[in-house]
Amino acid sequence: MKELALMMVGAALVNNVILARFLGLCSFMGVTTRIDTAAGMGMATTFVITVSSMADWAVQHYLLDAYGLGFLRTVTFILVIASAVQFTEMTIRKVSPSLFQMLGIYLPLITTNCAVLGVALLLVEGKLSFLASTLFAFASAAGYSLVMIIFAGLRERLALAQVPRLFAGPPIGFIVASLLAMAFMGFSGISTG
Amino acid sequence: MGLIDRLFKDPAWGVHPDDHKRPAADQPLRVLPPPARLYMPLQQHVGGAARPVVQVGEKVLKGQLLAAAQGNISAPVHSPVSGQVVAIGEVTAPHPSGLGFTAITLESDFAERWIDADAVADPFSLAPEEITRRTAAAGVVGLGGATFPSAVKFVLGQRLKVATLIVNGGECEPYLSSDDRLMRDRASEVVDGARIVMHAIGATQVLVGIENNKPEAIAAMQLAAAPFAEVNICPVPARYPMGSDKQLIQTLTGREVPADARAAEVGVLVHNVSTCAAVHQAVRLGRPLVERIVTVNGGAVREPGNVFAPLGTLVDELLAFCGLHEAPSRLILGGPMMGSPLAHGKIPLVKGASGILAFDAREATIPPAGPCIRCGSCTRACPMGLLPLEMAARIRHDKFDEAAALMLGDCISCGCCAWVCPSHIPLVQYFSHAKGELSARERTRLRNDASRRLAEARVLRLEREAREKAEAALRRKAERAAAKAAAERQETPGETV
Amino acid sequence: MWVAIGSLTLMGLALGALLGVAARYLAVEENPIEAELQSMLPGSQCGQCGYVGCAQAAAALARHEAPVTLCPPGGRALAEALAARLGVKADLSQVVDDGPKLAQVSEDICIGCCRCIKVCPTDAVIGAPKQIHNVIRDACTGCGACIERCPTEAMALVPVPVTLQHWIWPKPAIA
Repeated sequence: MKELALMMVGAALVNNVILARFLGLCSFMGVTTRIDTAAGMGMATTFVITVSSMADWAVQHYLLDAYGLGFLRTVTFILVIASAVQFTEMTIRKVSPSLFQMLGIYLPLITTNCAVLGVALLLVEGKLSFLASTLFAFASAAGYSLVMIIFAGLRERLALAQVPRLFAGPPIGFIVASLLAMAFMGFSGISTG
Repeated sequence: MGLIDRLFKDPAWGVHPDDHKRPAADQPLRVLPPPARLYMPLQQHVGGAARPVVQVGEKVLKGQLLAAAQGNISAPVHSPVSGQVVAIGEVTAPHPSGLGFTAITLESDFAERWIDADAVADPFSLAPEEITRRTAAAGVVGLGGATFPSAVKFVLGQRLKVATLIVNGGECEPYLSSDDRLMRDRASEVVDGARIVMHAIGATQVLVGIENNKPEAIAAMQLAAAPFAEVNICPVPARYPMGSDKQLIQTLTGREVPADARAAEVGVLVHNVSTCAAVHQAVRLGRPLVERIVTVNGGAVREPGNVFAPLGTLVDELLAFCGLHEAPSRLILGGPMMGSPLAHGKIPLVKGASGILAFDAREATIPPAGPCIRCGSCTRACPMGLLPLEMAARIRHDKFDEAAALMLGDCISCGCCAWVCPSHIPLVQYFSHAKGELSARERTRLRNDASRRLAEARVLRLEREAREKAEAALRRKAERAAAKAAAERQETPGETV
Repeated sequence: MWVAIGSLTLMGLALGALLGVAARYLAVEENPIEAELQSMLPGSQCGQCGYVGCAQAAAALARHEAPVTLCPPGGRALAEALAARLGVKADLSQVVDDGPKLAQVSEDICIGCCRCIKVCPTDAVIGAPKQIHNVIRDACTGCGACIERCPTEAMALVPVPVTLQHWIWPKPAIA
């Protein structure tokens, strides 16, 4: 139990997908101009990561390992992820049309969000049980959402600041992201301490 | 004692600028001889402009009606001198835009002949409605600067059964001392006017709030109010903007006016001391509002002081009367915190003008604005408890709706935030700009709604016309057929029978 | 090899079938924000955007086929509102918001032909045959439909004059 909890904290904060593993950076810079958009993206990605990692675990366990088809891993995982994304897209379109409008192209692009495939591949590397891998995926996704929302909040403030023209726009965004990454490095003290 | 604490503890809001009121306030009141030409604007109040009732060339007496009120919220305009109407045309308005508005130009005959006054010996025997009517007919508006027609406020007070009349003698703006001078010289008129207003609105007590930096005015008013138990003189701490009605109400009664409510809804009504004196003149003496005390002050003025001047006098004439050291670097109508900058001196004195400030080069310097350092001074100074820096940051990026969500609408434009700002950011101008933009958008929205209704009505009309046309055509066809059938019957009567 | 091909095909078929079923249950008939967009537009059907009416313009907006700056009568404020609703960034530099305009009749050229009356979307022109027409300022949207219709060029769009009530403090220059 304790190991599971520690693993989840590690996945969410210490080895944060965005700020420590540098995965999913396109959505990190793309949809963090408003907090509600970032939160919507976070929720959608959390759903996709959790569901697809569950399915991927099953595929890995009962298909790829059982028949020695390890070379098909990326193709099958992408197939599963794409289906989950398609399902999410349909659901959001039905439930919240305005969120659908706001996420725009980034919603189908969750398919190619490296955080999703990255988490799935990490799970395979870790050789975790079904429960542990599901919790790990969920915690990673929660960490992703957390960072998305924090960064969106910072960028909302940044939009009001008088930034020198040289730094305005993406440059100041990257500087803020690097400061945020350094702040998250502080969490690595948890694992060693 | 709670009340004493409340009265004398310095409030947490506001600022305390150098008041620059003396020596101007201590100079005896001077009377401006009527100038040769006067320009009486038709819009000297909030609401609809007055409608002229005199012709060019007509001879008028002092106090004669020049333009009648038009609409529910409006006030009439009277002649400030005896003489002749020489023109009705455009003059520059005392407004930051420098745009023009319509005014009646009068030529004085220097005879100062008044109309026959309809004086009332005992105004307290009159019905409140009659006092309201006389106040409205005399063109009395809020003389503190808001220029809201006073009679409309009386009606509001009667309807909401207001118990307390607060008389605003705060005069918190630096440089201004016209109310101070009025209270020192004509305290009995102010008290009498306040009692008439109290009678008109059916209130039971009068609280006169006077800032404690005017001890002479407090003493004079206490003397004048001594015979009347219902009139209480309440010294209040000198702190800008104590003269704003919401702040004065809170200081005197402890009641806070809600964001989207009027003062009358918390059971008080606020009138300025000058307004009370004008009500006294209007009701007791039957004299309409045609003159007022105006402070002429500022570094460029040689003999600063208060002048009793007819309305419609040009600012230049007032400045010439008081003398100038140098050409003023900046002219302001009203106080330095909230007044309107004037482009030039060819602008007439209006009812709401409590002061004319002619600043020399040193006073007029505005340091260049720097970036916001988020010190938060403005949030501490804001008497309305707003976040000026946050609102300004949003307005800078044209996010007016977000600024409105931070309660921009509650801003009273007092200027405390801009005054304390160490970066000299023109915060009030940001807020004025945003308020203007927001009301322009609201107008556009209402207009769009109206045109949508019109467009829908047109579609309905076209449909109805088409239907009526079709019906009429059918009817004609039927009539023709019937006529034809009848004609056939007549032609061959033998066959049909 | 056959196992690999077979399993991939099976997975594809199964997931495809699942999505097909889901699409049936989660089908969205029309773009639901279309009605909302339409209510934001002025509704005078003036046609300045190039679409027949406001309903068609709203549909195009909902499909992201038209720019949010399409509506001249709505001006800058409407463009911003539409951009916020659609979650897109509005390029407001393209909006020539040179203030609201109103149609005005030159009384010495008007021949009283009544053609402008017929095309006005808000019935803002009044007049009768052989009588000089006039524009009701409160009803005119400045759409310009009457300008093209007038045979004698008696109709012109004039800017609404700035009055003391409508004047807006300029925004301070940014330091």
